[in-house]
Amino acid sequence: MIIGDILSATLIFAVPLMLVALGGMFSERSGIVNIALEGIMIVGALAASLFLRYVDDMGYNPDYTQLYVLASILIAGIVGIIYSQLLAFASIKLKADQVISGTALNMLAPALAVVVTWNIQGTAQTTVLIPSWVRISQESLGIAGDNILIRFLFKSLFLTTPIAFILLLVSIFFLYHTKTGLRLRACGEHPQAADSVGVNVYRMRYLGVGISGFFAGIGGIAYTLAAGSGFTSTVAGYGFLALAVMIFGNWKPVNILFASFFFAFFRIISFYSNSLTFLPTFDNLASSEYIYLIMPYLVTMIILVLTSKRSRAPKAEGIPYDKGRR
Amino acid sequence: MKRKRSFNTALLTTILASVGAILIGLFIGYLLLLATKSEYAFWGLRKILTVGISDPKKFAKVLYQAMPLICTGLSVAFAFKTGLFNIGATGQYTVGAFFALFAGIQLQLPWYVAIVFAMIGGAIWGSIPGICKALFNVNEVITSIMFNWIGVFAVNMAFQNFPMLVVDYWGKSSVRDRTPALADANPNAILPKLGLDELMNSNLVNIGIFIAVIIAVIIWVILQKTTFGYEIKACGYNRDASRYAGISAKRNIILSFTIAGALAGLGGGLYYLSGTGQYTFLKTLLAAGFNGIPVALLANSHPIGVIASALFISYIQVGGDALQPRFVRENIDIIIGVIIYVSAFALLLKIWFGKLFMRQSLAASSMKDDGPIQTPQKGSMNSNEKEEKQQ
Repeated sequence: MIIGDILSATLIFAVPLMLVALGGMFSERSGIVNIALEGIMIVGALAASLFLRYVDDMGYNPDYTQLYVLASILIAGIVGIIYSQLLAFASIKLKADQVISGTALNMLAPALAVVVTWNIQGTAQTTVLIPSWVRISQESLGIAGDNILIRFLFKSLFLTTPIAFILLLVSIFFLYHTKTGLRLRACGEHPQAADSVGVNVYRMRYLGVGISGFFAGIGGIAYTLAAGSGFTSTVAGYGFLALAVMIFGNWKPVNILFASFFFAFFRIISFYSNSLTFLPTFDNLASSEYIYLIMPYLVTMIILVLTSKRSRAPKAEGIPYDKGRR
Repeated sequence: MKRKRSFNTALLTTILASVGAILIGLFIGYLLLLATKSEYAFWGLRKILTVGISDPKKFAKVLYQAMPLICTGLSVAFAFKTGLFNIGATGQYTVGAFFALFAGIQLQLPWYVAIVFAMIGGAIWGSIPGICKALFNVNEVITSIMFNWIGVFAVNMAFQNFPMLVVDYWGKSSVRDRTPALADANPNAILPKLGLDELMNSNLVNIGIFIAVIIAVIIWVILQKTTFGYEIKACGYNRDASRYAGISAKRNIILSFTIAGALAGLGGGLYYLSGTGQYTFLKTLLAAGFNGIPVALLANSHPIGVIASALFISYIQVGGDALQPRFVRENIDIIIGVIIYVSAFALLLKIWFGKLFMRQSLAASSMKDDGPIQTPQKGSMNSNEKEEKQQ
């Protein structure tokens, strides 16, 4: 059964990684380096968990629990969009350094979250507890039994999981099969060329950053639900991890899907490393779980170095677009 | 004459842009206090601005926290000069702390050797993003972020594999979640206090702050007065042009990142060799490294400016601690966050201030024929002029 547990945990941690990495992909494909994903995740998670808390306090209708969760996911996405526009404003309108303004937003978000929760929940109470009814249980769907597949699906299933896969399909369709998707990609590769055929580069970039805010905000609440101990003003570096996933996935949706599972798997293995007998135990090394924590980062680095010649990074990312420059 | 004035205006507008960013940050912080507990908002602002010098003990804390900030700030600033963003200062800081404590406790070496170890550790960690950037053209921001996490995990694991580096070995405590106090493990590895502790009535202060300031001056000299510093800056301004001029961009990128790493490592070393903090094995990144970024930005990457901005950041952080429990101390982090956000488009502010000054100095010169205003500072300006010619 432990295999079922591991697969289930992998799935639930892969979901936020995939969502946030997809978000980062949209932003970078439009030409804006979005290092603020971590911060956007935090504000999204903050808004959504406060909403869920509020619903729980006000009394809720047990029949509509998943509707509340859906509303909280939308709230997370919308708050993510709003917060991401701070990055868009600085880097598109004011042509500021994208990495620096992103870093500023990353520093701002956890502080903001602590201040807000402290003021709403009272002194020193900075954990926003997530009500237990948000989980989709086996019973609520009327499915009985216990085998690997059921464990995998229902051990910890939240509405964020199906929504993430729907968003993945939508992303693929949007990016490769719509006019706007093509224009967005053009702005990340050669904005001057895009501009010359009448594409509004600024608008496309605002859109790219906005989508990344929506995805990252949802990713934030997905992470908080997965972590299970409530919102504590942090997403434990998942926003940065998602950047690695995005690069590992070569800025392509399907590759990002696989990359996020790869990362999540190693993450989970490190939690279970003591109870898995088939793994090497590193007997003469204390705290060997750290090896598994290091692994995804190290593998990404090795892959980055090996594939640097073939890296498909958007060519114009990180460079503010100036209409007057040729 | 013309050249002198343009140099001075540039410096002045740079300083003004930073001050402007600080004022905007403080203003938003004040609004935040107003929004949360309006009756105490002014009290809060006063605390933030005055606690740091309210008594010697608090000032000692300002100096103590500024010490690692100067180092990490210099680290970020130095990389900025080469046009690189060192977001990995926190990883280099952590590795530096490990090397320092390894030298001090496991090898029982004195503090001055442990400091060198710290710099070596940071330099190794810093060189990796530099090498990846120079040889494989992998974005240094991504490499640095990866190696922040690898650094924290590797350091935690390394600590726990040397029994002497875990607190329970020394018998004072049975927990295994932190390093031992240096007072138990090796008093020789603690930075000397030179009587400063009695002077300021605080055991936090030691010679580390002087070391940090001296290093800042050395970095300034390297950047301003040496060929190497010139090459570093040339690489930062225009990599292609500098390559055309025969400067090896690859070599300078690696060197710059290595030095930046050594500086951040020194910060970790100084902090944990003060003997007042024990390294705790947490699976999170240390804030000290990240706070080097606002320090460097606020100083516009000027090494001497870094001293001032590190003192300022540390000063309002000490003020923020005094806000608790009426306000949460994270209010200060919001202020700092706003300051970086604003300084990210400081260029805009600078141009804006620059225009303002142009207009004023034009008005002044047309009225006064510009003679008498310039003369008093002639000596210092000549040296500035020389500097510019050198470049």
